[in-house]
Amino acid sequence: MLMIELVNVEKHFAGQPVVHPLSLKIDEGEFLTLLGPSGCGKTTILRMIAGFEQPTTGEIRLDGENVTDLPPNKRNLNLVFQHYALFPHMTVEQNIQFGLKMKKIPQAEQRERIADAIRLTQLTPLAKRFPHQLSGGQQQRVAIARAIANHPKVLLLDEPLGALDLQLRKNLQGELKQLQRNLGITFVYVTHDQEEAMMMSDRIVIMNNGRVEQVGSPKDIYERPETLFAATFVGENNVFHEEHMFAVRPEKIRVAAEPEDARKSGIIQDIVYLGNIHKLIVHLAHEQTNVTVALDFTDERKWEIGQRVGVNWNAQDEVMIGP
Amino acid sequence: MKRSFGIIAPVVLWLTVFLVVPMVAVIAVSFMQRDELGNVVYSFTLDNYARFFDPLYLGIYWDTLWLSVLTTAICLLLSYPLAYYISNASPNRQKLWLILITVPFWINFLIRTYAWVLLLRTQGVVNNALIDIGLIQEPLQMLYTKGAVLLGMVYTFIPYMVLPIYVALEQMDNRLLDAASDLGATRWKSFWHITLPQTKSGIMTGSVLVFITTAGMFVVTDILGGAKAQMLSNIIQNQFLGARDWPYGSALSVLFVLSSLIIIGLFNRALRSSYEASKEARV
Ligand SMILES: Nc1ncnc2c1ncn2[C@@H]1O[C@H](COP(=O)(O)OP(=O)(O)O)[C@@H](O)[C@H]1O
Ligand SMILES: [Mg+2]
Repeated sequence: MLMIELVNVEKHFAGQPVVHPLSLKIDEGEFLTLLGPSGCGKTTILRMIAGFEQPTTGEIRLDGENVTDLPPNKRNLNLVFQHYALFPHMTVEQNIQFGLKMKKIPQAEQRERIADAIRLTQLTPLAKRFPHQLSGGQQQRVAIARAIANHPKVLLLDEPLGALDLQLRKNLQGELKQLQRNLGITFVYVTHDQEEAMMMSDRIVIMNNGRVEQVGSPKDIYERPETLFAATFVGENNVFHEEHMFAVRPEKIRVAAEPEDARKSGIIQDIVYLGNIHKLIVHLAHEQTNVTVALDFTDERKWEIGQRVGVNWNAQDEVMIGP
Repeated sequence: MKRSFGIIAPVVLWLTVFLVVPMVAVIAVSFMQRDELGNVVYSFTLDNYARFFDPLYLGIYWDTLWLSVLTTAICLLLSYPLAYYISNASPNRQKLWLILITVPFWINFLIRTYAWVLLLRTQGVVNNALIDIGLIQEPLQMLYTKGAVLLGMVYTFIPYMVLPIYVALEQMDNRLLDAASDLGATRWKSFWHITLPQTKSGIMTGSVLVFITTAGMFVVTDILGGAKAQMLSNIIQNQFLGARDWPYGSALSVLFVLSSLIIIGLFNRALRSSYEASKEARV
């Protein structure tokens, strides 16, 4: 079932286009991620859906209703802000209660919903604390709890893990994904971290400079990138310009110790060990470019920097990009 | 230990010289007597404090407190909307407004206060204007009333209230208002539940500044209140300069400082509990 629909939504700031006309349908219960580099317009899109920015043109529909002209407090969705925006003078509990009070939910139900939200986000021992007494990860959980207590139709999350360190981020990615499955709420998630997008999303919208580059499942996007930007932004890729442009993933490329019969040849410039795999960076003399080759742990051949090698791949592993 | 003392030593010295020594001196003198010539005599007495409980002095004391509370309240009611408006204006407008608010400080305070005399006296600008347009026949007695003193106090001290509130509003994280709105709050509710509590420190600072300075101000009362509207600070001033009764002046000062501290403490508690009560009840 359709939950959010953006119809030719466009946003200009001071005459400058920040979001080019964008049409997008998001299903109920879907985990959709807007992925793109900083400044590409992700936050702006989220703020338009939440009601903090008015689209210059276009229409936004939420669960079949046109909400384009509704203020944020009249939209049945919630935004988890990039820096959480917790109320400093309220305890965890009071923060969570705020939205329920504003909606005049009866006292008994308020208590129930607060308890649920606190349990789901594992905040039980921290309920009486103030935000400044919490760690970054805990504050992040409060922001989520405060939002889900409202039982929104859609949860919008603006780089919710961006301020946390890597280990914590990895843990919370799993937790968040699990929470979304349990609640069945539609998530619109913003990140510039492609790994995060790949691991959490049902569908990814790749954005660049205010334009959509590609929409698809993580698998689609990894295996069949449609544009040069999509091919290189998600995962590592080798791009070749011949009669047409195509890309070959590092793990699809094979190295040969005898360069003579190979498709291309070059010199090993660097060897990078990454635990379970290692990578060779091969400099192609003709093309003046580097090719990255990923070798798995079963490869026991001896490689040396400066060695002359050949590189090969199968034609079916070439992914055409661009027109 | 040694190093941290090295850092705080100047502060301790400063506080000792400018705060502790004068305070101790005043407290000490307040328990002494004086001779006919007005010299302090070093013998212990409680008379200075007993004298205070004269109905005349108690009345003046009460008037002073009331005037200070009223001045603070009026300044607060006028300043909050003004500070709020300024903090929401464009950056250039904000600069202009802040300059306008501080302009009076560039002009000598006595001159500004005498300007009010010109406006308020019987043949003054206001009376003449009112008679000219036929609103009144006889000039009103505005100067040398408690009302004139109140007006002068509010006029003099309003910047002390506007500026701290403005600073608190500026320091507030506006994303909190977005969050409140996202959670369903109307603008008024956001103001009541977020903006007001977030700017409490500004309200507190401004109120304490206005209250203390009003209670301690004798120039405005002298010029605009004449002999009729005497305040505690006028009496204290007179004990030191006119009557040359330093022990009594000191006793009055001590009582004044004590009661100011008590009122600030009460105000602080009231602000906190009224907000908490409203949080329980209102939402
Ligand atoms: N209120 C605004 N006024 C003017 N320009 C803005 C405003 N908000 C965002 N922008 C500009 O729009 C572009 C996209 O910003 P944003 O949506 O925050 O990107 P992202 O979240 O992808 O990093 C940026 O170039 C930013 O400078
Ligand atoms: Mg952003």
